[in-house]
Amino acid sequence: MSSETIALSTVGPDARPIGERLHDWIVTVDHKKLGILYILYALFFLVVAGIEAIIMRIQLIVPHNHFVSPQIFNRMMTMHGTTMIFFMVMPILFGFGTYLIPLMIGARDMAFPRLNAFSFWMTAFGGLLLYFSFIGGNGLYGAGTAPDVGWWAYAPLTARAFSPGHSTDFWTLALLASGVGSIGAGVNFIATILCMRCPGMTLGKMPLLAWLNLVVGGMVIFCISPLTAAQIMLCIDRYLGGHFFDTQAGGSAVLWMHFFWIFGHPEVYILVVPAFAFVSEIVPVFSRKPIFGYPIMVAATIAIGFISFSVWAHHMFTVGMSSYGNSFFVFTTVAIAVPTGIKIFNWLGTMWGGKIQLRVPMLFCIGFLFQFLIAGLTGIMLGTAPFNWQLSGSYFVVAHFHYVIVGGIVFALFGAFYYWYPKMSGRMYNETLGKWHFWLFIIGFHLTFDFMHIPGILGMPRRIYTYEPGRGWEIWNLIVTIGAFFQAAGILVFVVNLLWSLRKGEPAGNDPWDAWTLEWSTSSPPPDYDFAVTPVVRSRRPLWDLKHPEDPDWKYE
Amino acid sequence: MVIELPCHAPEGRKGGADGDSRLPRNIGQREMHRSAQTRALLGRVAGVAVLLAAGLLAASLCLASPSDPTQIPNIFKPQSTPAHSIFHLSMLILAITGAIFAVVFSLLAYSVAKFRKRANDDDREPAQVYGSNQIELAWTVIPILIVLVLFLATARVIRSIQDAPQPPGAIEVTAIGHQFWWEFRYPALGVVTANELHVPVSNPANSKPTFLTLLSADTDHSFWVPRLAGKTDLIPNHPNHTWIDPQEAGLYIGQCAQYCGTQHAKMLLRVYVDSPEQFKQWVEEQKKPAVSTDAVAEGRRIFETTACVNCHAVAGTVANGRFGPDLTHLMSRDTIASGAASNSEENLRAWIQSPDSFKPGSLMPAMQLTDHDLDALTAYLVTLR
Amino acid sequence: MSSAAYTRTTAEPAWILPSRGRVGMFSLIGAECAIFTIFVVAYIFYIGKSVAGPTPRDVLELPIFSTICLLSSSLTIHLAVGALRRASMSAFGLWWFVTMALGTIFLVSTGREWHHLIYDKGLTVSTNLFGTTYYSLVGLHAFHVTVGLLLIALAMIFTLFGKVEPEHSERAEVFSLYWHFVDVVWVIVFTVVYVIGR
Ligand code: HEA
Ligand code: HEA
Ligand code: HEC
Ligand code: CUA
Ligand SMILES: [Cu+2]
Repeated sequence: MSSETIALSTVGPDARPIGERLHDWIVTVDHKKLGILYILYALFFLVVAGIEAIIMRIQLIVPHNHFVSPQIFNRMMTMHGTTMIFFMVMPILFGFGTYLIPLMIGARDMAFPRLNAFSFWMTAFGGLLLYFSFIGGNGLYGAGTAPDVGWWAYAPLTARAFSPGHSTDFWTLALLASGVGSIGAGVNFIATILCMRCPGMTLGKMPLLAWLNLVVGGMVIFCISPLTAAQIMLCIDRYLGGHFFDTQAGGSAVLWMHFFWIFGHPEVYILVVPAFAFVSEIVPVFSRKPIFGYPIMVAATIAIGFISFSVWAHHMFTVGMSSYGNSFFVFTTVAIAVPTGIKIFNWLGTMWGGKIQLRVPMLFCIGFLFQFLIAGLTGIMLGTAPFNWQLSGSYFVVAHFHYVIVGGIVFALFGAFYYWYPKMSGRMYNETLGKWHFWLFIIGFHLTFDFMHIPGILGMPRRIYTYEPGRGWEIWNLIVTIGAFFQAAGILVFVVNLLWSLRKGEPAGNDPWDAWTLEWSTSSPPPDYDFAVTPVVRSRRPLWDLKHPEDPDWKYE
Repeated sequence: MVIELPCHAPEGRKGGADGDSRLPRNIGQREMHRSAQTRALLGRVAGVAVLLAAGLLAASLCLASPSDPTQIPNIFKPQSTPAHSIFHLSMLILAITGAIFAVVFSLLAYSVAKFRKRANDDDREPAQVYGSNQIELAWTVIPILIVLVLFLATARVIRSIQDAPQPPGAIEVTAIGHQFWWEFRYPALGVVTANELHVPVSNPANSKPTFLTLLSADTDHSFWVPRLAGKTDLIPNHPNHTWIDPQEAGLYIGQCAQYCGTQHAKMLLRVYVDSPEQFKQWVEEQKKPAVSTDAVAEGRRIFETTACVNCHAVAGTVANGRFGPDLTHLMSRDTIASGAASNSEENLRAWIQSPDSFKPGSLMPAMQLTDHDLDALTAYLVTLR
Repeated sequence: MSSAAYTRTTAEPAWILPSRGRVGMFSLIGAECAIFTIFVVAYIFYIGKSVAGPTPRDVLELPIFSTICLLSSSLTIHLAVGALRRASMSAFGLWWFVTMALGTIFLVSTGREWHHLIYDKGLTVSTNLFGTTYYSLVGLHAFHVTVGLLLIALAMIFTLFGKVEPEHSERAEVFSLYWHFVDVVWVIVFTVVYVIGR
């Protein structure tokens, strides 16, 4: 065994004119640039869709409010949901995946760099198409601008008879375009993770982030495709006069629901599994321990991937399935608690006995654990069909899924931002601002989404632009709206922190967290080629081995 | 970086179970050196807790004085068998999930508090533990058992509600969802009405449940009266069923719970539970065709010669449209336009003049009548009792 | 200036990873399978649910000949790839061309079937549920054949200009996976549309 030391030079500041540099970003096929493009694009839409949420919340602050009309409210609701899911969380997760996967598996790029660029630009195009509906959605009949059919776009509301004009067309075409992009990204993830690993990195030695993204890739190709198929059918209905979902000609509204949720349920796990991946990387580093139960974590993730394809009809408990159908989906739905629970317990096991450093990324991960626990348990309540008959379609559901998405995914995302910001930008973020962000956001989050459960229990349906006084809903809506502003303030601090630190932050160095995965072995930001020499690994924590040559991990794994 | 060598005996690192013994060291020492940072953190957590508690308190105070508790469609105040069974099931589920929360949250809070890095800690890495099969097994098997309990309890309730047989004396109602109002037909009784469902009270001694067939004329809707039963969707081409047996007379509030278009918000639903005598009387009244006096003949003429008749029915006249609510006994209802306004002469007039004033986006067009015609028409409508 | 140190072992066993072309193609095929599954489910779900005629029994005839053509093109592309790997370029060109011809025959006969259905039988996408589901499912498959044929034609042109070399056999093989997939899908579409559905 011989060893050699390679020095990597830091990339100097780019002195070329701005036009040239911009051009570079647009034609780039480099996974790091594309990753950052994805992330910036998604951040932009976070603010846009967040403002749409704020508009809804202002309208709902008191009963019989006249801030916006019902039409505008419904558009805001649809655009908020669609944007957040498809043009915020999805791209941001793909962005982190694209950025990190090659670095973490010791590769120089994705398996198909050009496909990678294609995927990003399809997604970007989808978002533009969706928002172009504000201008182009008028259509021949002058009815409507942005789509207002809700993010599930249940038939027959999307039929020409109920959605004249082109707003719904923009909706389907946007999702069709971004769906193609997502499938491309899924294929790329799988091929990259399976075929580009550096020598020594067997499947059992990959960082968990790579494993989890492999599962995500698999879920993407099998779950986005049904949505794409269903959107093609909707296009056939709307443009060619087909009858797939035309209830007048014998078509079935329920079929659309099945198709949508066959996509929709695995989709929520596509969103959450990368969040799990972040947590699985951050918690060990800040607890100073390896992940607890690595093989079980992998197995649980794969189990979640499979089970998530069998639970979709828990979104349809109220559509009148047989009692056997309902019971089956109750079973699969509560069964998914088992692998999910295993993951939670393993994170706790990782923290147990560690030396937990409460830096900002770790704070967000702890917030994630706390909120995801509650959110999962409200999911169990929703998953038991009779209870669901009361809770479905109410604000309780809205509370449940924001709890998972905001309390879980967005928290994990913020954690990931702070954790990898030094790697991506070469500079440390500001810790004080980060803490401000955390506390503002967590207070806002709990004000908004804790109190949202209650009007649901008191019978307040979702997707209503106004409500009657005297039903016991007023006070809760008021608190919820106030919370939304706290969240906005938190996000504002976050954006300020990112921008400020980009210029003024401390230089980060290669490895500010004393971490263990390969991305921390190259310079920050990494050079174009990622690694001057292809690394060779012998364990799941190659940098631990390097830092502790007397006691390397590979002796134990 | 110094490494604690004793921890690295392979057995110790492999199994958490054996490794456990050496995890928390020097507990006493740790307690003594609670860093300022910890206190700051605890302070902040306490701050948040106080804030939330204050919010909760304020909220519950406000809640304590609502206008009328019967107006609150609380799912935890059931008044009918399906809602009762759901309530009992939900209490069980809340208990189980509450217990799980308590356990897992305590573990989380404990590990954050206990295993925090202190300011004066040395730089050594903690014991490197990779996992433990026994522990993994435990936290796999216990949840599986809980899942089985949840499933069995749920499946029983599903069957008891969904597969309940319809007893011979049950009232049958066909509810048809429209954008954005409810049509109720009682085929056996020959009654048609809108938005306000009347059913007889049902008590265990003299059970008189109401079985509803749910249809839709356009998009999806959902029938939801929280205190009586869970919701069931109304889907075109896909008849559904639900049932209720309210045990106490009174008014029960509900609302369409499936997004159905612009005015989904104002597709309110009222269920009046009547004593058997009241119900009988109500049915008798509703069965009669409309009677109108000569005093409102002009209004009646306007009604029958305007497009009104294309969309509305008034039994005993030429009006037999079905696009809008049946108006035969309009004045027997407390609200108009699916609860968007109370039913008064003034509101009726305003409604016909401009439905958008109550319900922007409703499918009734503004009829562009002159003031005079409007008055006459309203005068006619208020005779439809 | 930052630096990182690496320990590289010199005597590593060979590090072999799956080919990304194949993995990528298999992933893509997985996604396509899901799309086709949804269309097939919709087709089966709507069998016999049309509120107006014509029914499949009235208008559909078994496309036996074109089916044989398409299925045998799987064999010929296999032979072509084998020939390319053996570097016998003329055999490759021949089999490649036969594949293209067979695919074209299939596409043309689908076109003729559609023409017949539209102009003689009056069945269009908007006629009834059968029309909607039939044109969508068969059309989706035909679209895949078309994409495949375009790629085959492109490769044919390169072949004619002598730009295809044995080292491209990996790519040809990856493409042939796609072509086999399109054939398998046709077996399913055939069974569903012409056997079960009729
Ligand atoms: C993004 C992420 C995400 C995640 C991870 C989840 C996770 C879960 N969700 Fe959620 N859900 C959504 C996003 C998500 N959901 C969205 C967006 C919607 C609404 C869409 C819309 O209508 O617009 C929705 C709606 C939704 C519904 C439909 C509600 C309705 O409209 O009627 C249901 C019903 O079953 C449900 C259930 C669950 C369950 C059981 C889980 C489980 O995976 C949770 C599992 C986790 C735990 C249970 C906690 C940890 C486990 C333990 C500590 C072990 C011990 C526990 C037990 C043995 C119980 N969800
Ligand atoms: C990724 C998913 C995601 C995320 C992150 C969010 C985030 C938020 N959502 Fe989300 N929401 C959905 C996905 C998401 N939502 C979906 C899928 C639906 C269902 C749609 C449907 O029914 O079809 C929904 C529906 C929904 C409703 C119900 C609408 C209805 O049924 O009528 C409400 C109501 O309160 C709401 C509120 C919020 C709020 C307050 C936030 C906040 O967390 C947002 C905080 C962010 C910001 C505020 C932006 C950042 C702000 C700044 C940078 C400062 C500038 C800001 C100002 C000038 C104010 N959402
Ligand atoms: C194009 C069809 C249409 C025409 C024409 C029409 N209506 Fe209506 N009407 C409706 C619909 C639909 C509703 C239910 C609106 C809702 O609740 O959203 C309604 C509701 C009403 C109601 C309230 C009924 C209730 O119980 O809630 C009254 C009263 C009424 N219309 C009177 C009239 C009169 C009088 C005319 C003629 C001058 C008229 N309508 C013409 C469609 C129509
Ligand atoms: Cu009807 Cu919502
Ligand atoms: Cu789900």
